[in-house]
Amino acid sequence: MKNFWKTGVPFIWLTGSALALCLLMVIGLVALVLYHGTGFFWPSDIEAVVLKDGRKAMGQRWDKQEIPTSNRTGSGQFRIQIKVGNRDVYGSDFQWIDESDIQSTDYPRDAVVFERREWGNFYGFIEALYEGEIQMSNTWDVLQAQLGETRERHEQIREIEKDAIGDLNRQIESLRLKKREIELGGGDADEIDAIDRESRSYWEAYEQLADELAQLRSANEIYRVDVRLIGGEVRQIATADIVRAYRPNQLGILGKSGVYCERIGEFLFDEPRESNTEGGIFPAIFGTVMMVFLMSLAAVPFGILAALYLREYARQGILVRGIRIAVNNLAGVPSIVFGMFGLGFFVYGIGGSIDQFFFSEALPTPTYGTGGILWASLTLALLTVPVMIVSAEEALSAVPSDVRAGSLALGATKLQTILRVVLPGALPGILTGIILVIARGAGEVAPLMITGVVKLAPSLPVDGIWPFFHLERKFMHLGFHIYDVGFQSPNVEAARPMVYTTTLLLMGIVLALNLVAILVRNRLRKRFSGATF
Amino acid sequence: MAEAELAVNTQLEAIVPDIQNPIVTVSNLNLYYGETQALFDIDMQIPEHRVTALIGPSGCGKSTLLRCMNRLNDLIDSVRIEGVVEIDNDDIYGPGYDVISLRRQVGMVFQKSNPFPKSIYENLVYGLRIAGENRRAMLDEVVERSLQAAALWDEVKDRLNDSALGLSGGQQQRLCIARAIAVEPSVILMDEPCSALDPIATGRIEETIEDLKKQYTIVIVTHNMQQASRISDYTAFFYLGRLIEMAETSEMFTNPQLKQTEDYVTGRFG
Repeated sequence: MKNFWKTGVPFIWLTGSALALCLLMVIGLVALVLYHGTGFFWPSDIEAVVLKDGRKAMGQRWDKQEIPTSNRTGSGQFRIQIKVGNRDVYGSDFQWIDESDIQSTDYPRDAVVFERREWGNFYGFIEALYEGEIQMSNTWDVLQAQLGETRERHEQIREIEKDAIGDLNRQIESLRLKKREIELGGGDADEIDAIDRESRSYWEAYEQLADELAQLRSANEIYRVDVRLIGGEVRQIATADIVRAYRPNQLGILGKSGVYCERIGEFLFDEPRESNTEGGIFPAIFGTVMMVFLMSLAAVPFGILAALYLREYARQGILVRGIRIAVNNLAGVPSIVFGMFGLGFFVYGIGGSIDQFFFSEALPTPTYGTGGILWASLTLALLTVPVMIVSAEEALSAVPSDVRAGSLALGATKLQTILRVVLPGALPGILTGIILVIARGAGEVAPLMITGVVKLAPSLPVDGIWPFFHLERKFMHLGFHIYDVGFQSPNVEAARPMVYTTTLLLMGIVLALNLVAILVRNRLRKRFSGATF
Repeated sequence: MAEAELAVNTQLEAIVPDIQNPIVTVSNLNLYYGETQALFDIDMQIPEHRVTALIGPSGCGKSTLLRCMNRLNDLIDSVRIEGVVEIDNDDIYGPGYDVISLRRQVGMVFQKSNPFPKSIYENLVYGLRIAGENRRAMLDEVVERSLQAAALWDEVKDRLNDSALGLSGGQQQRLCIARAIAVEPSVILMDEPCSALDPIATGRIEETIEDLKKQYTIVIVTHNMQQASRISDYTAFFYLGRLIEMAETSEMFTNPQLKQTEDYVTGRFG
């Protein structure tokens, strides 16, 4: 027995199992997210169940669980959750059914899933198609053609609303501000008149566009579908409200994959619908990535410069050691504290002053004096800069002092030595620091909630309108999106898969950003192969 | 410690030879690390186009003296220096003296090879680039000439763009020698350049030094008596921060003036 302890094997087992436990937890988390996150977009078959008491239900199978003991009449009983949709008819999207109550289940070939812009999915059978008052021959192809047509008009409507009308709104608003500026500065009646005239011409243009919109809308309204529910009731829905219609029970693997990919495409590249529980999350992806870039842009150079001073120039003594300890502690301060600081310092302090000096005509509406992507990024930069300083310092100290002396002995100045020898040597280590900064920054939510993240941002922080980057705008963020959809949504049950998919995406983005940094680092390592990094 | 006191007490004036054409002249040099004095009243001259070996037990101040000659001791905050070091009759510690040009004139090879994390080529042209020389033809010529001089050309001519850190220890050290001579200094300081190398690599470097002394003045610190006797023309023996004896190498190893020197060179202490 004594010999067994002496061999050191138990310690290997101890360390090995600790590692295995860590891996298991990580793998478990990723597997859970993958399992729930990837299946959401798959168009599963529509089940139509007839219960023993004669009631009927139709929808897609969502979940199956054992009935808790307290409610159980027998053992080994299960209940299934069916997404029956038709929220406007039934009042809720889901229905729990005890398996023991089911008389029969079948998969009707003609059952259709209508994904609607509002009110969620609709399940039923097509009864009739109308174009105005004319009833069309009841075929699937006609519906698809109508869907294509209405979708095109819908895009046109969106375009007019977003671009043309948005543009007019901006012009009118800027004129209003100009007018106010003149009024504030004493006021010249002629100038104000000119502005009023110009403003009126914009309003006229707006009326025209509104007419155009009304025409497009009424052109779309003529298409309607009569849908028969499983209970026999018939409801009419407007074709223009339908995003997508498909008959999963008739689709093979290929067809289903097609729908799957289409829905993933919508998820990645579209804007959210239905208070974020449906549609896409493109604005959140964009906001997250842009925020991380802005943050790195602020945190990385400052961190490296500060580390350079601490390591290369400062006289190593009590003061520098104290600063080092302070920096390390700063990295451990709860992030919400940084959020509070950002709100007080950046938003109200700096932002408020900017508003007073440069945007006084817009007051009391704040321009920079409210949360925005710039302030959120700077707050996060503040939070991550200690991480950058610590890792950059470590990377710099790993460069042998002989190499510095070698450069100086060749007649290089200190600056030349740092730029040409020390920094290239420390670069792989500095990149590791950047990876840490990105990972920390992309996953942080709390400080963002009070410095500029919103549930739904009407426009992206980058667009085609001068000056293209609108850093004062509020933005959406995947981390906050997860919180919002998961806990603040009116329809939590329906939104749950969205939480998983968004989590998966956030993890994917962090992974992708890290992967880029790791690839760069490995290329550098190869160039300096044999170095002691 | 008794031995140390003996040495300090009995030896009042170092025995130094007459040197006709000194390139480096050290007079009355005292050096302190904070409160501790590391060099005491050093007076010596380094002859031009000769190899001068500095020997002595560890901690006797050889390397410190060497680093006084290119002012590399400036990097250490606590160092204080009194006395005069003249190179080509210029006091290098005088006010307004240009350290950068001094270091270009006085090259150095370190104990541990210290190639930069760059390609072989970029290592060699580093000294020229920082001086503002960027003409490709010029750089190419210097690379070949200095590698030839360091007897490394044949081994690396096909992989000049590979990382210098991929070379073997001996090759790295010869690269550092080539890097030092690429800027054409007049003096090359070597701080135990072979202490981390195997006998074969050491032999190569000694051959290189033999070739270099035709053009350059070399000051080498070594712990290896055989090496000192093989390659140097003059040898200076240091002990506890003082120069004890300096003489032509053949003289030093066959007929030292002082008992203490004899004891050291014959390996009886140190």
